Amino acid sequence: MSNIATDTMISLSPSGSQKFMQRTVPLIIFAVILAVIPVFGPSRTMYSLLNAMGVNIVFAMSYNMLLGRAGLLSFGHAVYFGLGGYAAVHAMGAIEAASYGDGGFWAGYPVFFLPFIGFAGGALAGAVIGWPSCRRAGTPFAMISLGVAELISAAGFMFGSIFGGEEGISGDRMNGPEMFGLSLGPINEVYWFIAFWTFIGVLGIYAFTRTPLGKMSEATRDNPERAEFVGYDPQKVRYLVFIFAGGFAGLAGGMSAVNYEIFTPEALSLAPSGMVLLMAYIGGIRYFAGPILGAILLTYMQSMMSDYSEAWLLYLGLLFIVIVMFAPGGLAGIFGGLFRGLRGDNPAASLRQWAVQITGIVLMMISLVTLIEMSVNWSNNYGEVFEPFGMHLPHDGVLTWAVIFIPFVAGVGILRKALKNKEGQA
Amino acid sequence: METIVFSLLNGVIYGLLLFMLSSGLTLIFSMMGVLNFAHASFYMLGAYFAYTISEASSFWVALIFAPILVGLVGALVEKYGLRTVHVNGHVAELLFTFGLAYLIDEVVKIIWGRNAVDYKVPELLDFPLFELFGAQYPAYRIFTLFVALAMLAGLWFILNRTRAGLIIQAALSHPHMVGHLGHNVPRIFMTVFGVGCALAGLAGVIGGNYLVTDPAMGVQMGPIVFVVVVVGGLGSLMGAFLAAMILGLLQTFAVAIDARFADIFGWLGLDATSELGSITIASLAPMIPFLMLVLVLMIRPRGLLGDREL
Amino acid sequence: MRLLSSAALAAVMSVTALSGASADTLKIAFIDPLSGPFGPTGQDGLNEWEYAAEQINAKGGINGNQVEVTGYDNKVNPKESLVQLQKALDNGVRYIAQGNGSSVASALIDAITKHNKRNPGEEVLFLNYAAVDPSFTNDRCNFWHFRFDADSDMKMEAITDWVKGQEDIKKVYIIGQDYSFGKAVAAAAEKNLTEKRPDIEIVGNELHPLGKVKDFTPYVQKIISSGADAMITGNWGADMVLLIKAAIDSGFDGKILTYYGGSRGAATAMGQAAVGQVMAIVEHNTNLEMSDAHAAYVDGYEAKYSESNYYYQRIDNAMHMLAMAAEKADSIDPVDVAFALEGMTYEGPTGTLTMRADNHQVLQPMFMSTFSDNVARGVDNGPFGWVADDAARIEAEDTRTETTCQMTRPSK
Repeated sequence: MSNIATDTMISLSPSGSQKFMQRTVPLIIFAVILAVIPVFGPSRTMYSLLNAMGVNIVFAMSYNMLLGRAGLLSFGHAVYFGLGGYAAVHAMGAIEAASYGDGGFWAGYPVFFLPFIGFAGGALAGAVIGWPSCRRAGTPFAMISLGVAELISAAGFMFGSIFGGEEGISGDRMNGPEMFGLSLGPINEVYWFIAFWTFIGVLGIYAFTRTPLGKMSEATRDNPERAEFVGYDPQKVRYLVFIFAGGFAGLAGGMSAVNYEIFTPEALSLAPSGMVLLMAYIGGIRYFAGPILGAILLTYMQSMMSDYSEAWLLYLGLLFIVIVMFAPGGLAGIFGGLFRGLRGDNPAASLRQWAVQITGIVLMMISLVTLIEMSVNWSNNYGEVFEPFGMHLPHDGVLTWAVIFIPFVAGVGILRKALKNKEGQA
Repeated sequence: METIVFSLLNGVIYGLLLFMLSSGLTLIFSMMGVLNFAHASFYMLGAYFAYTISEASSFWVALIFAPILVGLVGALVEKYGLRTVHVNGHVAELLFTFGLAYLIDEVVKIIWGRNAVDYKVPELLDFPLFELFGAQYPAYRIFTLFVALAMLAGLWFILNRTRAGLIIQAALSHPHMVGHLGHNVPRIFMTVFGVGCALAGLAGVIGGNYLVTDPAMGVQMGPIVFVVVVVGGLGSLMGAFLAAMILGLLQTFAVAIDARFADIFGWLGLDATSELGSITIASLAPMIPFLMLVLVLMIRPRGLLGDREL
Repeated sequence: MRLLSSAALAAVMSVTALSGASADTLKIAFIDPLSGPFGPTGQDGLNEWEYAAEQINAKGGINGNQVEVTGYDNKVNPKESLVQLQKALDNGVRYIAQGNGSSVASALIDAITKHNKRNPGEEVLFLNYAAVDPSFTNDRCNFWHFRFDADSDMKMEAITDWVKGQEDIKKVYIIGQDYSFGKAVAAAAEKNLTEKRPDIEIVGNELHPLGKVKDFTPYVQKIISSGADAMITGNWGADMVLLIKAAIDSGFDGKILTYYGGSRGAATAMGQAAVGQVMAIVEHNTNLEMSDAHAAYVDGYEAKYSESNYYYQRIDNAMHMLAMAAEKADSIDPVDVAFALEGMTYEGPTGTLTMRADNHQVLQPMFMSTFSDNVARGVDNGPFGWVADDAARIEAEDTRTETTCQMTRPSK
């Protein structure tokens, strides 16, 4: 089989050092970041936010196994998160009962490893529900996921013995054998638990993308006919990916069960399913790290932004639409583009271009935020007025409308010009 | 007997409302492949526009102008939003409408407040039309029935008897071919999207005072619209009509059935006091659409009368 | 915005405070929805807490300490509530107020109990102003939780007390949402009716999924053909409004006895046709006979928040009882205040209130209010409001229910 071609062929596969730089180093950096955070002595608020972020990172990554990697748009991913979490919280109850009762298997099971139970629960749910759902991709899949999510979340309120009714099922994480000397009582100890499992979750999902199955899922996304031609049944590939995605969602559910010590049926509903879709997409579904960014940003917005504006949902919707319309690569795509521009042939030019674009965007944001905040205050009718930086901006003030219109027009002008320049260069 | 008569009447009217709501989406979905998540938000906009217009003038003015306004909003959304996203594929389009639904909900809350508004049935129709077995039947419901039937007839006429309708019909089944024939496909898309939204708006004008006009009305109706479209089948208005009717009737008849699971599956040893056994068919009625959605997609993915698969 | 304005308010207050003796502030964290579909309801609660704080601060605060209420948006999500609880703890809050959603209350009770156990010296007290699950003051009762609203069993006790006096009610239909609260209401209604009025026939007991029904007409038709002359429902939100609207449109002419008929926005949606027919069990309405001081309090609130109506008398009650307990204990430490609150009585605007020591449940007079179009103070800026005559008053003692609570108290 030796011919001339082999001698002159350029190897396209990355070299050993490239592999290390591109694959191992980011993971090490991620682990170091997770390990270093407690050195800064975060407050309780910070810790509980970090814990929520950890859970959402794994959840959003598992979602992206479907949307980003396999091209399956799901409106019911929270079902697997929830069912995995319920499995874990029931196991937590069993551990508590066993350690005060007659022992048995659960008495020796550490709470620290509950996410395994979550994984099993989520994967099992994925295996059962996935079989009918995965027969087709595209819109039928999305619609089935929607229907299933509606059915399961309605069942969540009906079957009190499994889901605990409205108040859900709660447990106590300070039972059973301790692992790594963590009692899991104080929130900073829970952080180590979350950090550990966030890393395991990200590592596991990364490892999955490197398996033949992970590669095939991308192939069936891009061209199912061709994948079938090569001898893989797309339906089977989707089904297997679905089970794993369910499993990792369940893992996140298990983390959440330990973190909050409670699980309620609303965790299965359409709202968290929509939220995880937003996280993954805003972060960037075409990038492995995208959902991590999205999860961090949206968790922060959800818990902190409501302190500053009750219109945070409106901002969230706007952010999502802007990303869908103008930056389909999400945040990761934006950062990636920035990074490439800086490393490219002409960093100064791209930096200038970015500066112009950012100026335009900031101007438009000033205008939009003013409009929204002014309207919200006017609509509430409590007599409150939007007063940023000591300016007084009532809905009938000339200044208000000046602050809305002038930056908007300027911003649009700048962005249009920037776009034209770009096209001119290209 | 009375149960049957009432269930029939209510089922038909509820089904017609569902049809009015979803017929627009069937057009949009069949032609553009866009499963518009914001469709129910346009229904809500219709109700709110009608409320504002009827405050200023009268319900009858609102009945005509509110749907037109909603249609204009829809056309703008298509032109400046969807068209930009179109190049990124159907998933991006779907996500765009998903975000749009969020936006419309929030904007409605800012403009009209976060409580229900007092959108009333017009006085002319606010009387009990007849009495059946002790329960009154409001005239407005029968009016709803006629509006829906008129809409159905109008749509049928436009689609089958006018040139524009024939082009749309063609575009429903063979969108690419229509483009090749030299028709301005983007403009057809914009028109169809606008008309589809206007139909949802009309449903809002009718449904807003029959039910309640509040910022949650869109979210509540959202998923069920998809059920009608998917079950009815792609490219088929008749299918949507049939699906809406079946859904309306099934749901109302199920409510009338008091049987528990234990009564049906008692022979399997299911106990009436157990959690599963004590669930009644009636309490499951609102879940039937979603069960149907899942079953239809699994068994017959082209829907009842669809001419092609999703 | 909210943080800024309340901080500014607090700053102004501390300058103008009458007593300069103590510089402490008593911080109350209000953890309820402030955005999303339940935002308006939560915002009303926050307004009333802030107003109550403002009024008490004007009189020198609690034990000379200014009261500061800060809103934390939990989006009615139990998990999000726990994050907000941590934020509140970081801000040095020792009192939590919450009401919307028993799921949230349940999560908070659990979390607060664990926090108090794990962090002695930093105890937190939970002032529940609206979460009505009876278990919070029965088998799941807890020293750190005080409830200022009647629980759902007590409300049913009050409703059936009223029904007892209505000779013309012979057949009752019970309809509710299919989840723990709806089921609890149905069970309590059945139990109480058979005890108090064995002659009443319960002609239907129906549950429908939560928030999924769009057209209630089929249900109403079933109710009408059952011959019911009264209907009892625990429904809230759209489920309640749609049910009432459908019932009236179809000519149901019996009484509709509700838990939440008085909630925000319902009056507009129900409209003229519901007048005289819809009733709600509440601890207060703005058309009761009021003392001048209380009328000034109510009017002051409605003038300040023109978009919102005075609804939660229990928030005013809670604030006063908190102040009394702090004075009695001569401390604002939650442990001392909790002990002082046990068994405390308070002469409120509607009568005498008692905080039961055995399960931390308040006993207060209740009113079976009727929806009316002839009112001095309307709701939702419309012509409608709620009225209650003497016959509709249910004395505090009559709402007492047996408790299974076995309270474990910390050592003083």
